[in-house]
Amino acid sequence: MSPEEMQRIRSHPAYEELVRKRTSFGIVLTIIMLVIYFGFVLLIAFDKSLLATPIGAGVTTVGIPLGVFVIVSAFVLTGIYVRRANSEFDALTRQISEDL
Amino acid sequence: MKRLFSRSFVTLAALGLLSTAAAAAGAIEGGGKQPLNLEAVAMFGLFVLFTLGITKWAAARNKSAADFYTAGGGITGFQNGLALAGDYMSAASFLGISGLVFASGFDGLIYSVGWLVGWPIILFLIAERLRNLGKYTFADVVSFRLQPVPVRTMSAIGTLTVVAFYLIAQMVGAGKLIELLFGLDYLYAVISVGMLMIIYVAFGGMTATTWVQIIKAGLLLGGATFMALMVLAQFNFSPEALFKKATEVHPKAIAIMGPGTLISDPVSAISLGLALMFGTAGLPHILMRFFTVSNAKEARKSVFFATGFIGYFYILTFIIGFGAITLLMNDPSYFKLGANGTYDKVKDLLGGSNMAAVHLSKAVGGSLFLGFISAVAFATILAVVAGLTLAGATAVSHDLYASVIARGRVSEQTEVRISKISAVVIGIVAIFLGYMFEKQNVAFMVGLAFSVAASINFPVLVMSIFSKNTTTKGAVIGGFIGLVTSVTMVVLSKSVWEDVLGMPKGSAPFPYSNPALFSMTAAFVSIWLFSLLDRSATAAQERKSYEAQKLRSETGIGIAAASAH
Repeated sequence: MSPEEMQRIRSHPAYEELVRKRTSFGIVLTIIMLVIYFGFVLLIAFDKSLLATPIGAGVTTVGIPLGVFVIVSAFVLTGIYVRRANSEFDALTRQISEDL
Repeated sequence: MKRLFSRSFVTLAALGLLSTAAAAAGAIEGGGKQPLNLEAVAMFGLFVLFTLGITKWAAARNKSAADFYTAGGGITGFQNGLALAGDYMSAASFLGISGLVFASGFDGLIYSVGWLVGWPIILFLIAERLRNLGKYTFADVVSFRLQPVPVRTMSAIGTLTVVAFYLIAQMVGAGKLIELLFGLDYLYAVISVGMLMIIYVAFGGMTATTWVQIIKAGLLLGGATFMALMVLAQFNFSPEALFKKATEVHPKAIAIMGPGTLISDPVSAISLGLALMFGTAGLPHILMRFFTVSNAKEARKSVFFATGFIGYFYILTFIIGFGAITLLMNDPSYFKLGANGTYDKVKDLLGGSNMAAVHLSKAVGGSLFLGFISAVAFATILAVVAGLTLAGATAVSHDLYASVIARGRVSEQTEVRISKISAVVIGIVAIFLGYMFEKQNVAFMVGLAFSVAASINFPVLVMSIFSKNTTTKGAVIGGFIGLVTSVTMVVLSKSVWEDVLGMPKGSAPFPYSNPALFSMTAAFVSIWLFSLLDRSATAAQERKSYEAQKLRSETGIGIAAASAH
C-alpha cells in the first residue's frame, strides 16, 4: 500500500464505520460466548443439584437441554456473525476498495 | 486443596486423545491385544490406498510454495470447514467422549462442550485478520511489523512445542488402538502412522492433507450419524425413552443424568475452560488452514461450517454413549467375565470404556460395520497427525529456515524442499518418540499442548493484531514467559509430578489440573508490560507501522494472493 492509498483508506468514512462496528460486534459476541460457557461450568461447580433436577415427570434433567444449548449457541453465534459480516461488513469493505 | 476434577477426568481432560483414554481407567491395558480383525484391516487398507491415490494426484499439482503450504489457496469455505473439523476431531473425541458418557453419563457432555467453544472465538477475533495479514503461518502475522528473526523464532518454538506434545499423544494412542481395533502390534501402528503421514505431507503437501482430512471428516460424521440413528430408532426417536432405559441399566442409575465428579473446583474448571477455548485458537495446524482459502469471507465461512460439524458430532457422541449403555451393558458378550460369570458394567467392558463406541458399532451394524468404524477411528488419527506434521514442517522451513537462517535469501524451491525434508524428519522423530513413550503415561500431553497454545501462540497473535503498543521485545519476552510458566506448572502438577515422575501422592506443588488461567495471564501481562517499557528506536518504528498493519488486517486490501499462479 502506498502512503497515498493508506491516507485515502484512513480518511474514508466507511473505514471508520467498518472498524468500529466489526470490532465491537466481535467483542460483544465473544463476551456472550464466554458468559454462556463459563456460566455453564460455574453452575456445575457451584450447584450440581440444579442441573440434576428432572424436567417434569421424566428422567431427562435440566442439564441436558442446557448442555445442548451451549453447543447450539456456539453454532448460532458464528452464524449471526457470518450473516452480518457477509452483508454489512463486506459492503463497507467493498465501498473502501472501490474508492481507491 | 480441592481437586477440581476427578482422576479420570483429569486424564481424559488431558487427553483429547486416545492415549488419555488409555490412561483414563487403566482401561485399555485391561483389554490388551484383541484377535486380528480382518474386515477392519481391509477397510483401513482401502482408505490408505484411496488417500495415497489422492496424494499422487496432489503431488503432480504441487508446483509452487503456495501449492505446497496452502493447496494453492483455492479451497472453499465449506471444504475448509470440513477439513478443519477433520483436523480437530481426534480419535479421543470420538472414543474418549463416548466412553466417558458410557461410564458417567452427563459428565461426557460437560467435557465435550469445552472442546467446541473455542471455535466462535477464532471467528470473532482471529480468522479474518489472520487471513488478511498472513501467507502461510501465523508467524507471518506476528512478523508483519515486528522483527522477523526473533518473533519467527519464538513462534516456531511455540508451534513445534505444541506439535511435539500433540503428536506424541496421538502416536501412543494409535499404538494402543491398533492392538484393540485390528489385533496388530503396537509398533506396526506407530510405524505405519509415521510412514503414512510422511508420505501425505512430503509428497502431497497441503492439498493431500486437506483431502485426507475432508474424507476422514465425512466418514466419521457419516458413521457416527448412522450409529446415533440406529440407537434412536430403537426408542422411537424419543431421547427421554433412551435416557430412561439407560438409567435402568446403568449401575449409577439416575446419577448419570446429572453432573458427577468431573468438576468440583471452580479454579481448575475455569483454567481448563480457558485452555480449551483459547488453546483451540492458538493451535498452529488449525491456524494454518485459514491460508488455504482465498479471502477473509471464505475464512469466516470455514469457521461457521467447522463449528456446525464439530458441535453436531459432539451431540452424536452423547447419543452414542447412551446407546452403548442401553445396548451393551446387559449383554455379557461385550464384557470380561469374572469367575462366577459376573462383571462390572463399566470397568469390565472389553478393551475398557473407551471401546464403547466400537462395541456399539457391532451391536447396531454387525461385524462389517464394526470393521468400518474401527477403520474410521484409525483414519481419524492419520488426518490429525498429517495436519500436525505439516504445521511443524512449515514452521521449520518457512519461519526458521527461510527467515531466520537464510534471512530471506532462499528460493521457493529450496524452501519447499526444506519443508519436505522436515516432514520426513518429524515423522521419523514421531515414530521414535511413539516407540519410546509406549509404556509412559502420556495423558497430560494433549492438555499441555492446549495450554501452551493458549499461553504463547494465542497471546502473541492477539496482542500483535490488536495492540498498537506491542513491540518485538514485549512479544518475545511475554511469549517465552507463557511457554515457561505453562510447561513448568504442568510438570509441577499432579498429572506429571505424581503420575509420571512417581512422586508421593498429594506432593504436587501446583495444586490445579491446568495452568492456563495463570500462564495465559502471565503471558498477556508481560507482553503488555515489556512492550510498554520498551523505549528503543525499533519499538517506536514498530508502533508507527501499526496503522499500516491495521488498515490491511481490517480491509484485506493488498493481501497476499493465496495462489502464486
